[in-house]
Amino acid sequence: MTPFLDALSLLLVYSAIAVYAAGFIAYTLGLARRTAPRPAPAKERVLAGPATVPPAPPGTTEPTSESAPATSKAFRVGYALTVLGWVLHVAATVLRGIAAERVPWANMFEFSLTGTALIIGTFLAVSIRGRLAFLGTAVLGLVVLLLGVATVSFYVPVVPLMPALQSGWLVIHVLVALLATAFFGLAFLVSITYLLKSRRHPEQTTRLQRLLEATPPAEDLDRLAYRLTIVGFILWTFTLIAGAIWAGRAWGRFWGWDVKEVWTFIIWVLYAAYLHAMATRGWHGRRAAWLCITGFAAVLFNFGIVNVFFTGLHSYSGL
Amino acid sequence: MPKPSSAPESDTILPDDHIDRAGESPSGPRLGVVGWLRWGWRQLTSMRTALILLLMLALAAIPGSLIPQRSSDPNGVIQFDRNNPGWAWAVQLLQLHDVFGSVWFSAVYLLLFASLVGCLIPRIRHHAQALLAPPPATPRNLQRLPAHDRRRVNGPPEVVLRTAEEELRRQRYRLRRLEAGGERSIAAERGYLRETGNLLFHLALLAVLVVLAVGTGYRFTGQRILVEGQTFASTRIAFDSFTPGRFVTDAQIPQFTLTLDRFRVDYVEDNLNALGMPRDFDAQVTVTADGTQQSSSIRVNEPLSVAGTDIYLLGNGYAPTLTVRNPAGDVVFSDSIPFLPQDANLTSLGVVKVPDGLAQQVGMIALFYPTRATAPGGASYSNYPDLLDPAVTLDVYVGDLGLDTGIPVSVYSPDTSAMTQVAGRGTASPAIELTPGASAPLPDGLGTIELTSIPRFASLDIAHDPTQAPTLIAAAAAVAGLALSLFVPRRRIWVRAAARGDQTQLEVAALARGDDPRLQAAVDALAARLETAPRPPGGSDDPLP
Repeated sequence: MTPFLDALSLLLVYSAIAVYAAGFIAYTLGLARRTAPRPAPAKERVLAGPATVPPAPPGTTEPTSESAPATSKAFRVGYALTVLGWVLHVAATVLRGIAAERVPWANMFEFSLTGTALIIGTFLAVSIRGRLAFLGTAVLGLVVLLLGVATVSFYVPVVPLMPALQSGWLVIHVLVALLATAFFGLAFLVSITYLLKSRRHPEQTTRLQRLLEATPPAEDLDRLAYRLTIVGFILWTFTLIAGAIWAGRAWGRFWGWDVKEVWTFIIWVLYAAYLHAMATRGWHGRRAAWLCITGFAAVLFNFGIVNVFFTGLHSYSGL
Repeated sequence: MPKPSSAPESDTILPDDHIDRAGESPSGPRLGVVGWLRWGWRQLTSMRTALILLLMLALAAIPGSLIPQRSSDPNGVIQFDRNNPGWAWAVQLLQLHDVFGSVWFSAVYLLLFASLVGCLIPRIRHHAQALLAPPPATPRNLQRLPAHDRRRVNGPPEVVLRTAEEELRRQRYRLRRLEAGGERSIAAERGYLRETGNLLFHLALLAVLVVLAVGTGYRFTGQRILVEGQTFASTRIAFDSFTPGRFVTDAQIPQFTLTLDRFRVDYVEDNLNALGMPRDFDAQVTVTADGTQQSSSIRVNEPLSVAGTDIYLLGNGYAPTLTVRNPAGDVVFSDSIPFLPQDANLTSLGVVKVPDGLAQQVGMIALFYPTRATAPGGASYSNYPDLLDPAVTLDVYVGDLGLDTGIPVSVYSPDTSAMTQVAGRGTASPAIELTPGASAPLPDGLGTIELTSIPRFASLDIAHDPTQAPTLIAAAAAVAGLALSLFVPRRRIWVRAAARGDQTQLEVAALARGDDPRLQAAVDALAARLETAPRPPGGSDDPLP
């Protein structure tokens, strides 16, 4: 039964990747449509000619009434595909858990599987409250990439839990860490968008900048990244404490500067620096955004490099 | 330390407890010693410095993950030093095997905490004042505030304002009634918990540091390897290694005895992908403390609490019992020797030292295979961790074991420089091979050796850590404070009402301190509520104070 469920789960992962890829295309079309030359060519040419009239600052340009329906249609298709892919993705994750008779987050493949499901879940949830369609391309691109790496490089068949992982803290500590990663990941993508958007020289209209017209104003992006990060930061703080409690029970000391502990600490300090930067004159804005990006780079390093290549007590990659 | 909040760009809406002195600089050339000290202190306690120190702290921690640390990976330290002799001077100078206790790492976090203290003190004072002060008076130009609403509502101003008061009180605002130039208004403020939480968070971090700094002195941990059937009495000398804090005396080590009755391991047998993976380790022990005897289990995630200490199961392996007899048949050595596991299938390495009773001192380097298999090249290895087909092979050395020099020697790496190999690879006689119960002659007619039995051993960690509970409490306080400081909106709302005939010209405006996504929504909701709130009939004639 287990191998069958395991195989079925993997099949669902592949399906989810395919649907996400289609969603990625839909979202990208949505962005492109919105920024394509409007169907009023004569007027457009005048505006695009020698810069007698300064173009509107990026972000303030609203889509014209003609292009709006096409745009939102592409975004709606993207959203629908994302929901469909997510259903497959969650089904794959649940089946993996049933096959293993435990929570589906106990090795690298399962961390990736559950973690990406949480990224998409968070994206869908945040989308309900605010317009996040502009981020669809980036989110789905990232998730397709991560799931691809997971299935190609991290896949391992279902095995039971080693004694060190047989603890209720596995459920809490790892799940919260993955959820924090999902929020940090979204904040990372928003911060990249912010950096691109807030670049100087708005008078040079590059193709990229036209693509970015579909995104909210830089200020809103900054605030969105901040709000996503504070949720991630609290979850990460909790992860750190839950990990310390678990370490206290399993290893007899709650903090021992194990490699993974060091990097969890580094990430926490980096995001703490980000929060302070957001309240410091001269650091608010682009520098803070760079910190947010550095923070997520450290998260990825902690996950992809420390788990696989470093030796320490947290040797649970299963590879 | 500074407030983590997305501070607005303009000074007019900076919270008035916002602390950011980075822009200030020494004002003149006549800056005395006190002036410079004050300037230095201001620099240290500025938000920018805190930020830089945080970044330095993150950076400083990185070498601790790249270079093996004495505290977390002592074997890695030995290996690193052996492989990188050229780095020895740098490692020595920069304390790279002890990064987290090093001078430079300590300097960064101590400066950070000094900066934190310098920032907290004025903020606590300021917040205490804010808690006592009434909300500030209504600004003249309410429409300049970030959230604003203006509408005509039915009813006289007094009724509208009283409804507003009721509503704001329900939302737990602190209220102040104002009257200026014939215009009546309400000033209201809420969310003092935001700053309280922020201060709590930073104080809790400070508490963690203090608890750890003080508590480390009262902590001890000891390691002990126990073979099945062995008993351990908790005296300092009975530990294989013992690391006490500065203030720990022998009298503080609780008295108990611990017998490892049996060490049980369950292996996965029903999953071909994990065949032989351990499913459960169970150290079955008998503990005697305070005169009572009791049987318990110690598992990986289930330490045993005995007399104020916790006993953890950290490792296990095999401890083959070897018996050596002299040519006359008298037992000169019989002991269970813990072998160090080398791989997942528990191919294990052990060292046997027989100093007395034979014609020469004998040392043996032994390999143990719980389930012996032979590679095509002829080398042995273990292909399953349980005892399916166990065997021991021994290389034998004779000569000086070096036990009499007084220099401590490792149990696991014998110094064979003063010894001659007489059996095993590279010599005329092959390595000795033993299976359970079997006996074999030692070379040169020295005697015989027998593999008597194969018990398991458990490696136990006995720890007493009084910092755990206070650290946990402080950490919980930090999380609570953090959540409050990031999610409680701190708002000021002003409601102004002026009579316009039968109606009231209503103005509602709000100002947030820090990030507040729902500010405008709160203003809109209040204004709408005041517009639709039921009024007493014939409101304007209603005699009101």
